[in-house]
Amino acid sequence: MLRLEKRASPSRAWGMATPVLAVVLTMIAGGIMFAILGKNPVEAIRTIFWDPLFNPQFASYSRPQLLVKAGPLILIAVGLSLGFRAGIWNIGAEGQYIIGAITGAAVGLAFYPMGGWFIFPLMVIAGAFGGFLWAMIPAVLRTVFRTNEILVSLLLVYVAQSLLSSMALGALRNPQGGGFPGSRNLSQYPAAANPELIAGTGMHWGVVASFIAVTFAYILLQRHMLGFSIRLAGQAPRAARFAGVSPTRLVILCLGISGALAGLAGLFEVTGPAGQISIDFASGYGFTAIIVAFLGRLNPVGILLAGLLMALTYIGGELAQFMLGLPAAAIQAFQGMLLFFLLAVDLLSNYRIRIGRAQ
Amino acid sequence: MDLGGINPAVLIASLMVASVPIMLAALGELVVEKAGVLNLGVEGMMIIGAVMGFAVAVNTGSPLAGFLGGAAGGAILSLIFALLTQYLLANQVATGLALTLFGLGLSSLIGQGYVGIRPPLTGAVPLGPLADIPVVGRILFRHDWMVYGSLVMVAATWAVLKFTRIGLILRAVGENHEAAHALGYKVRRIRVLAICFGGAMAGLGGAYISLIRVPQWTDGITSGAGWIALAIVVFASWKPWRVLLGAYLFGGITVLQLNLQAAGARIPVEYLSMSPYLITILVLVIMSSGRGRIAAAAPASLGKNFHASR
Repeated sequence: MLRLEKRASPSRAWGMATPVLAVVLTMIAGGIMFAILGKNPVEAIRTIFWDPLFNPQFASYSRPQLLVKAGPLILIAVGLSLGFRAGIWNIGAEGQYIIGAITGAAVGLAFYPMGGWFIFPLMVIAGAFGGFLWAMIPAVLRTVFRTNEILVSLLLVYVAQSLLSSMALGALRNPQGGGFPGSRNLSQYPAAANPELIAGTGMHWGVVASFIAVTFAYILLQRHMLGFSIRLAGQAPRAARFAGVSPTRLVILCLGISGALAGLAGLFEVTGPAGQISIDFASGYGFTAIIVAFLGRLNPVGILLAGLLMALTYIGGELAQFMLGLPAAAIQAFQGMLLFFLLAVDLLSNYRIRIGRAQ
Repeated sequence: MDLGGINPAVLIASLMVASVPIMLAALGELVVEKAGVLNLGVEGMMIIGAVMGFAVAVNTGSPLAGFLGGAAGGAILSLIFALLTQYLLANQVATGLALTLFGLGLSSLIGQGYVGIRPPLTGAVPLGPLADIPVVGRILFRHDWMVYGSLVMVAATWAVLKFTRIGLILRAVGENHEAAHALGYKVRRIRVLAICFGGAMAGLGGAYISLIRVPQWTDGITSGAGWIALAIVVFASWKPWRVLLGAYLFGGITVLQLNLQAAGARIPVEYLSMSPYLITILVLVIMSSGRGRIAAAAPASLGKNFHASR
C-alpha cells in the first residue's frame, strides 16, 4: 500500500525536477489531446516546442517573438510570485495590466503630437501607477474591511475590461480614425513608442524591465528583510506575527508591487507590440502569468525560464494553428493542463512516498 | 432613475431566470465549503457544464439530456480538483485557479463546432389557470422547470444540512477535520463527494446559461458568473436561504442593467455592464466589515488540506 510521509523540509532536488517532470507529463497528455483532435501528436509537439526555435523556415520570425511574449509574462509573474509566497492571492493581474495600459497610453496621447524625451518615461510612470492604484482597491478593502482579495481582484478584471472598451470607443478613440474603435497607434508616434532596441531580437523596454524585475526580486527575497518577511508570512503566519511582521503592510506591499509591475507590462505592450488601445487589447497575459509563477516555483530565476517556456507555447501554438490547423483553444487547454501537472507533482517535493504500512 | 418602458412584472420574471445559474453554482459551492474545501474553479466547471450541456442537447435534441450532460461535465472536471487537493494534497487556491484556466480553454475547444446553433427549446411548465392570473401569473407561473427546480434545491440543501445525519457529518468534517477523522469519518471520501456535488451543480448552472438564458454557445459565455457565485457564498454567510437572496439581488441588477441598455439609458453601455461586478464587490465589503461576523460564520477548516498522519 502506498503511504505519504511528510518531509521535514521540502526536497531541493525534487524542487528542481518537478517543473521538468510536469512539462514532460503535459507533453504526453497534450499529445493524447492532439491525437483525439485528429492531429499527429509527435508532429504537433515538435511544431510547438522545436520549430519556432530551430526550423530554418520559421526561426527568423519566431525567435524574436520569444522575448516579445516572455517579457510581459515574466514581469507580471515576478510580481505575483511575491504575493503568492506570502499567501496573498492577487489573481486580477489581467485587470491591472489593462489599467496600466490605459493610464500610460492616456498620458502619451495627451502630449500628441508633441516631441520630447520626457514623454515615454512619464508614460512608464503613469502605467505603473495605474496598475498600482487598481491593485490598491483589493489591498485597501482587504486591510480595512477584511474583504477577500481573491474575489475582489478577479471581479475587477471584468470592470477593467468594460473600462477598456469604453476607452477604445470613447475617450481615447483616434479622432482621425474614421469612427473605428481604437486609439491612435502609439508605436508610430516616436516620442511614445517602445521600439525593438536591438534589431531582430525582439528586445524592447518591457523585456529590459522584466530582467531588472527578476534581478531585484531575487535580491529582495535572498538578501532583504522584506523578502524574509514575505517568506516567513507564507510558511509560518503565526511565527511571522510574533516576529513583528505587519500583515497590513505586507498586503499593501505585495499587491502594490504586483499591480505596478502588471501595469508596466500593459504599458510596454500598448506602446510596442500591440501599438494601440483597442477592444481586444487584453490577451490573457495576466492569467497565463499565474501559471508562469507556479511553473517557476515562485522563484525569480525559475520564473525567467518558465516565462520563456510559456512564451514558446504561445508562438508554437500559433505556428501549429497555421501549419496543422490546431485550434487556438487547444493551446489554452494545454497551458491549463501544465498547471495541473505542476500542482500534482509538487507532492514529491513535500512528501515521501513509502510502500507498506505505517509502523 | 428612469424606468420608463420597463414593465416591473416582466422585470421580476426575468430576474428569476437570470438568477438560476448563480443560485445553482453557489449552492453547490456552499456544500463544498461546508465540507471545508475551497474550490475556486466554479467558473471553469460552469463553462464546461455550459458547453457539455449545449453539445449533448443539440446532439440528442433533448434539453433534459443536455442538463444531465452539463451536470456530468462539471462533476467530471471537479474530480480532477478532488484528486489533486484530496489525494495529492495540492494547494486549493492554486488548483481552483487551474481548473478555471483549463475549463475556459477546454470549453472553447469543445464548443468550436457549436457556434451559431440554436439549442432545442425548453418550454414553460404548463401550470394551467395559474399562469393566467394577472401580474402574479406572469411573475411566478410561466417559468421553465429549472427555475422551480433551483428553488427546490435551495430548500433541499437547507434541510439536508440542518436536519439530517449526512448534513451533520458534512459540517463536522468542515469544522474540524482532525476531530471528524478521530471519530472514524472518512474525511477524504466525504470531501470528494461534496466536491463532486459542487461540480455537478456548477455544471447545471452553466448548462442553464447556454440552454435557456442566452440560449446559444459563445466562448467565455459564463463571463464571471462562477466568481460571482463564489462571492454570493460569502455574502450568504454559508446559509442556503441567503444564497437565494444573494442570487436574486445579483440577478436583479443584471436584468435591470440589461433593460436599461435596451431602453437606451443615458449611461454608456460599458458602465452599465460593469455594474453587477461593482455591486458584488460592494456587497462583499459590507458583509465582511461587520466586526468579523463573516469570519465566524466560515467553516473552521475551510481551505486547509487534510493529511491523516495517524
